[in-house]
Amino acid sequence: MKAIKNALLMFVVFSVLLGIIYPVAITGISQVVFPHQANGYLITENEKVIGSELIGQNFTSPYYFHGRPSATVYDSVTSGGSNLGPTNQKLMDEVNERIQQIRIEESLSSNSTVPADLVLSSGSGLEAYIYVESARLQIPRIAKARGFSEAEVENIVEDNVEGWIVGIDTPLVNVLKLNIALDNTRR
Amino acid sequence: MFIFLFLLLTIVLSIPIGRYMSKVFEGQRTFMTPLLSPIERFIYRLIQVDEKEEMNWKKYAYSLIVFNLISIASLFLLQLLQGILPLNPRGLSGVRWDTALNTAISFVTNTNWQSYAGETTMSYLTQMLGLAVQNFVSAAVGIATILVFIRGFTRKNTDNLGNFWVDMTRSVLYILLPLSIILSIILVSQGVVQTFNSYAIVQTLEGSTQTIPLGPAASQVAIKMLGSNGGGFFNANSAHPFENPNSITNFFETLSILLLPMSLVFAFGYMVRNFKQGIAIFSVMMILLLMGLGVALWSESQTNPLMQKLGISDGNLEGKEIRFGVAESVLWSVATTAVSNGGVNSMHDSTMPLTGLVYLFNMGTGEVIFGGLGVGLAGMLFYVILTMFIAGLMIGRTPEFLGKKLGPEEMKMALVPLILPPAAILIFSAIALSIPEGLAGINNPGSHGLSEILYAYFSALANNGSAFAGLSANTVFYNLTTGLGILIGRFATIIPAIAIAGSLSQKGKVPVNSASFPTTGPLFVIMVTAVIIIIGALTYFPIFALGPGLEHLLMLGR
Repeated sequence: MKAIKNALLMFVVFSVLLGIIYPVAITGISQVVFPHQANGYLITENEKVIGSELIGQNFTSPYYFHGRPSATVYDSVTSGGSNLGPTNQKLMDEVNERIQQIRIEESLSSNSTVPADLVLSSGSGLEAYIYVESARLQIPRIAKARGFSEAEVENIVEDNVEGWIVGIDTPLVNVLKLNIALDNTRR
Repeated sequence: MFIFLFLLLTIVLSIPIGRYMSKVFEGQRTFMTPLLSPIERFIYRLIQVDEKEEMNWKKYAYSLIVFNLISIASLFLLQLLQGILPLNPRGLSGVRWDTALNTAISFVTNTNWQSYAGETTMSYLTQMLGLAVQNFVSAAVGIATILVFIRGFTRKNTDNLGNFWVDMTRSVLYILLPLSIILSIILVSQGVVQTFNSYAIVQTLEGSTQTIPLGPAASQVAIKMLGSNGGGFFNANSAHPFENPNSITNFFETLSILLLPMSLVFAFGYMVRNFKQGIAIFSVMMILLLMGLGVALWSESQTNPLMQKLGISDGNLEGKEIRFGVAESVLWSVATTAVSNGGVNSMHDSTMPLTGLVYLFNMGTGEVIFGGLGVGLAGMLFYVILTMFIAGLMIGRTPEFLGKKLGPEEMKMALVPLILPPAAILIFSAIALSIPEGLAGINNPGSHGLSEILYAYFSALANNGSAFAGLSANTVFYNLTTGLGILIGRFATIIPAIAIAGSLSQKGKVPVNSASFPTTGPLFVIMVTAVIIIIGALTYFPIFALGPGLEHLLMLGR
């Protein structure tokens, strides 16, 4: 009998300590010290929220850099990958389709090698990054569509290269930030 | 190179933490005592516990079970009622009963198998007051289990095995909570969200709307990583940018997977006053971890030949985040399956067949490669008992370990966790493969579909919680069978561990002499490693061959 009472009391005490005091305290500290990070790195322009730095968006128009394929088409309420296995014909068909599409969009030869990050979907379905090389591949198309010189677009890509741990991380670019930079250059 | 440095750093950190843990659990003063001991004593007053009171094994086990039952019932109710409770900015309705039951069992047992998607199913209140709390206390229950097991070896001629409430309180207060506070602040600084604001509605550049889920995630992710839990705040778990935004957070999260399970092995060495024994057991675990890591890194670095034919550059990136890359995804996944964490930063369903095999093997050993907090080391001690028994047969002496004679009682009890879970895995998988409710969940055709079902029950019985997530597991059939599997896996470890401690503590110590089998040398390490591999391989060989093995051959042959 005593064990039941102890167990109930412990459950209540720990629920208050770990389920209320702890998360509320961490939230309080976070909101004071890291308000931007704690609220999702939201990007605001003209008083409108246009995205989160960390969450990718779906880009299909020729004016923008395209990101990785997403199993959820960047529907951020349901994150997740394709979960297609390495021998699944469905995956091969999808990848093949994406390869053909990219070769057409970027005017590549029909036997060119396409970067894996542009045709294989991310685990979260929300990844905002691609390899720098994969961005460079898209420069001619964007320059043409926007009437920029290729060097101008190249500069924008270079300005946005990120790599957190020097020598370990492969340099990446954030597709959303790139595209915002493109839009800002237009004005 | 990076991986080598990473593992070295983890080991270097886990030795002092192990020392600290051993002091905490023996009630000695540490640098945290002045700060925490008033809070500790206040908690004992609140829960009406006398910290000097000792329990025998039955009372200890009874307290543990009662506490777990209360936890399961409360978490179940909280999910059903979340629709009418506060902190539910998205207005989510109550969770369906079978999902709620599965989730309650899963989180209370440190498994964190998730058949639901966090952002569309659970309110902020359910996440922080229900799931996050269980992240802490389920880890503490695991630690309590190993503490009792250790006391079985260290104490003699007594029934007293410690006090469950005291062990729980110390685990939470001195170890899990301080580390979680540090880790959650690190995580927030890098962009893991921690807010009570409702989901952000965003106008994208191309003019559509995007709903971005938020919530008090960092505080939960911290203990999810440290407490061998692994239950994601969001559906994509630590692949989600808001749970694991960059390689810095990925580094700390991977470190946290291994840190406390490793520290506990050293704590064990300190507590049995035989640090060499701790190192011997650590070596067994490390050998198995490195073997799996080697195979998985090799397998995953081979570009899928089917993809290569299509004309893409190298890199198996399907289901992976390029923020982390292939090697760091594999390192994480080997760690998470070895340690019974179950959090993922890439989608295991899309890995190469032999990589998936390593993940299955890690879980199939019963999570003893460091393993879940406490229960992993307990599982390893069962293997040690079995090995000592075999060694005893070879040299014709009664088996001994740490100065205790191992009799038929201990032997029988140690076999329960070695036989029951594999049997349950095979039976559940066989059922799922023979009825429409089971087959309906499969997402990939052929042998990979078999692997999906196998993975689900391996994960459940090993209390791991990761998944080949293509399997549609949020059905009554899968929720109930995996839920039952989780309970079997958890209590077939905990109860035998406590029972063995009960029988060992009553015995006297036998002095070690020249005829005793040495348990700290390389021979011991090789014996235990071999026993684990042989048992793992023999038990699962046929299904490993039919699942990942066959898929690998088909991939090469096509």
